[in-house]
Amino acid sequence: MKRRDFLKFTAPAAILPSFINGFSIQAFGSSPLLAALEGAATDNDHVLVMIQLVGGNDGLNMVIPLDQYGKYQAARTNIAIPEGKVLRLAGQTKTGIHPSMTGIQQLYNDGHVALIHSVGYPSPNFSHFRATDIWLTGSDANQVLATGWTGRYLNYDYPNYPVGYPNADMPDPLAIQIGSIVSPAFQGPAVNMGMAVTSATSFYNLLDGVEDPVPNTKAGKELKYIRLIQQQTNKFADSIKAAAARVPNQGAYPANNHLADQLKIVARLVAGGLKTRVYMVSMGGFDTHASQVNAGDTTTGEHADLLEKVSSAIKAFVDDLKGLKKSQRVVGMTFSEFGRRIKSNGSTGTDHGAAAPMIVFGDYVNQQVLGNTPTLPDNATVADNVPMQYDFRSVYASLLEQWFCVKNADLNSILLNNYQSLPLVNGLACGVVTNLPDINNENTLITNYPNPFSSKTVITYKTRGGHTLLQVFDTMGRLIRSLVDKDHAAGTYTVTFDGEALPNGVYYARLQNGVTQQVRTMMKVR
Amino acid sequence: MDRREFFALAPSRKKTVKVNVARTDTGLNPYTGTWGTAQVVHLLKRTMFGAVPADVRHFEGMTMDAAVEELLQTNVNIPAPPVNNYNTGGYTDPTGVAPGAPWVTAPEGDNMLDDKRRFSYKAWWTGVMLNQERNMHEKLVLFWHNHFATETYTIKDARFMYAHNVMLRQNAMGNFKALTKAVTLDPGMLVYLNGYLNEKTAADENYARELMELFTCGKGPDSQYTELDVRAAARVLTGYRVDKVNIKSYFDPTKHDINNKQFSSWFSNKVITGKTGDMGTTELDDLLNIIFLQQEVAKFICRKFYQFFIYYEIDAATEANVITPLADVFRSNNYEVKALLRALFKSEHFYDPLNMSCLIKSPVDFTVGLCREYGVQFAPASDYAKAYAQWRALQAAASSQQQNIGDPPSVSGWDAYHLAPQFHELWINTDTLPKRNMLTDLMISTGYTYGGATLSIDAIAFADRLPNPSDPIALIRDSLAILYRMDVSDATKTFLKDKILLQGQQQDYYWTTAWNAYKADTTNAMNKNTVLKLLNPLYKYIMNLSEYHLA
Repeated sequence: MKRRDFLKFTAPAAILPSFINGFSIQAFGSSPLLAALEGAATDNDHVLVMIQLVGGNDGLNMVIPLDQYGKYQAARTNIAIPEGKVLRLAGQTKTGIHPSMTGIQQLYNDGHVALIHSVGYPSPNFSHFRATDIWLTGSDANQVLATGWTGRYLNYDYPNYPVGYPNADMPDPLAIQIGSIVSPAFQGPAVNMGMAVTSATSFYNLLDGVEDPVPNTKAGKELKYIRLIQQQTNKFADSIKAAAARVPNQGAYPANNHLADQLKIVARLVAGGLKTRVYMVSMGGFDTHASQVNAGDTTTGEHADLLEKVSSAIKAFVDDLKGLKKSQRVVGMTFSEFGRRIKSNGSTGTDHGAAAPMIVFGDYVNQQVLGNTPTLPDNATVADNVPMQYDFRSVYASLLEQWFCVKNADLNSILLNNYQSLPLVNGLACGVVTNLPDINNENTLITNYPNPFSSKTVITYKTRGGHTLLQVFDTMGRLIRSLVDKDHAAGTYTVTFDGEALPNGVYYARLQNGVTQQVRTMMKVR
Repeated sequence: MDRREFFALAPSRKKTVKVNVARTDTGLNPYTGTWGTAQVVHLLKRTMFGAVPADVRHFEGMTMDAAVEELLQTNVNIPAPPVNNYNTGGYTDPTGVAPGAPWVTAPEGDNMLDDKRRFSYKAWWTGVMLNQERNMHEKLVLFWHNHFATETYTIKDARFMYAHNVMLRQNAMGNFKALTKAVTLDPGMLVYLNGYLNEKTAADENYARELMELFTCGKGPDSQYTELDVRAAARVLTGYRVDKVNIKSYFDPTKHDINNKQFSSWFSNKVITGKTGDMGTTELDDLLNIIFLQQEVAKFICRKFYQFFIYYEIDAATEANVITPLADVFRSNNYEVKALLRALFKSEHFYDPLNMSCLIKSPVDFTVGLCREYGVQFAPASDYAKAYAQWRALQAAASSQQQNIGDPPSVSGWDAYHLAPQFHELWINTDTLPKRNMLTDLMISTGYTYGGATLSIDAIAFADRLPNPSDPIALIRDSLAILYRMDVSDATKTFLKDKILLQGQQQDYYWTTAWNAYKADTTNAMNKNTVLKLLNPLYKYIMNLSEYHLA
């Protein structure tokens, strides 16, 4: 069997058979959240598209800190993007993006993109698999979760799944993964809530009823028979086919772009009226240890090609949805299991790192660059990492709250903790308009003295009141200490950080207060 | 097309029937080709329940000849009988059988007790299959259960069910003629086909008819017994009764028809002389002697073996090159089952690539086989409450997939072994295939739970039994060598490795690192979780594909 044949054929098998069960509508009515949704949102047919960049995307070459260009260039002499080539964003002086991402630049300037700086989590893991698991489950670094963050949300919204599904209210898969396996992100408490469409080829074969050849043997005959039954038992095949059939024409997508192929399918299903809430698409190749740029021109090379594909695929996707008059239904986000090291290595590449930027896009997304450009050291060493400003679960929480209209009080049970809300999505999306606070505050909220320090330093921080968090990380992103984690009255406070037992080097103090956070670089010397 | 039509069409078959699958002329010549993993796994999946990695390694080190000889050994140990696992929820065995004690010789009790013992019995049988010795004995028990089919719901007395099973197991690899006699005198069968009501004043032909039609002669075109023969045989079999106290059958000469029994020309007009007193029992031997003179008997049984162990379709070449010579072997060896099996499983026909991976797994083979191949953990028999619940859970799964051991749909056995033209394909339909998939999905993720028992596949434990699990290429190759029989291309293996196991990551050593980290400290929950979240989707995917249902 050729690989192509294999792929073609695996569609019905990969579509999770777990979904095929009885048919009743009782389970749906028992969802308290559904009732809440009905009351809160008149038209909550919102869709989230998650774009996974597999391998660890080099965030520092995707979103470039123009205000620290010198340090950036010094840390990455062999791969730095020339300052003049960095794409500028409307109204932004400190932040620019990779020259190959003209599509994202245009979307940003049109007002439909939010860039979030330095998203990560305390004590980051540098293993692909473990880090991916953390991102997909929404766990802490030292915690193992059996369920995925999206699965917990979907289970909250559609309890008892798959018992009673599909039904009149939810005739379609809750989540669709375009890819080989159903993402662990969709793992609910009982079953995985997602369905996989193995590949673009398998999708179009499903639509076209294409059958694969089997060997001319008894075994081939039986295999063909079992596959036939497998196709007949896929209850979602019909709804997918019907949705696809309602969209005979789509906009143009770039050729030879694996991500574009996948997003084209998503656009077709969304526009065709599928009620599926979450889609996951993915693209590999971001593990750029070597040759991520061409030596002669750092704006070209492997990473540039990858980012060009991401950018042009998203642009085509958004344009297609606009043409199909469905762009208001969709918010998309990119994520990767980690960013890469600040300092490039000798083989024009970068090694596994920590926090990295995320791109969120959609008609309802607030145009903004959230957070400050990452703090870069004067003389970057191989151990230096981008310190986190935002917890990735804050992004999840914000999207659940502002896009899926989940009540704030319910977020804790889905994300298993209280995460800060970021103003990612316009309040109109859930019919709740909120004032955007001045989150890119120019005021210094956190300082320390002395700095450098030898054993102790006093940190002074300003809070607007409410929950206030003050954490200290090392350059590997490890959480060294949580100095403050409580509700404060508004005001300025001090706390002493005792670094006596710590090795010399750079430490980051991160203040989080509501939607605001700031990172202060502290230096320990003898 | 059923077999009858097939033979009717035979002379003109090549002109009129479109041949759409490759055919083979291989026969019973001893196989002398490659003896590798593929052949070993083929042999094990067909003759045992699944190919267990340790068994594969064991037989790989032998010659084919020695491997088949070992598999032809009968069991060393007799399985301990089923016990009272049903004194639960306030219920107490009214006949006084203590919890954990065997009930097989206790008094019968009422219907409710028989029901509870029936479930105990079926769970026990499933447990025996799961713990089968390294030979084909247990598969033969299932084969004969399908051939000499009985239904526990008709037999009712659970002790008879168990005794019937013991009788099948004792004779499974012995002499077919002796087995047929044992079945005829088996109290469970006497109840099932009304033999215990058969008496001289009003012969009940039920058993006599099935003895010829289903158990010995068959109903092929060359089987030409008549209604006269059925009636004559029924009269031979008058007088047998069942003894519920001693759980056995006995002969009551006063109920026996002592007149002579005349058989048809197909049986050479033989006459069985009616006998009086206990000598009446010798008429059964006379009857079997007459029947077993027919060449068609051996052919009929050989076809049933063929359809159970190799493939359901028997074309003209197979009839000529396999069935006919195999029947000769069977007859010339005085109906010794091992002689038949030896010739079949050592033949070039059995190892013909065209006869591999074409057998749709029966539900029992599917469920028991997957537990054995993955090494699914069950409680020890000594922890009978837990063990029986787990065995019952698996038996219930096979039952929901339409193979309920002890209760085939009729005396003809399961449709998959006799109903043309679909045969084995009947196991797979839009109801049963999702159930199979659901079972494997649950077992590889949150666990399959039934009646308070849970069954789970430990993917790490399975991978750890493979020769080189830290190498992703070897891991995929060796897993597929056990779990699949269909050939999978290198490109497909690469796809499984890159897209599923490595989840799109580009470096093979990422897996190696993850696996070695787990092995370095197996108590580290984080490392274990990482490995599990890569292995579970891999095996789930493998089991979701259609190829997994073929043996």
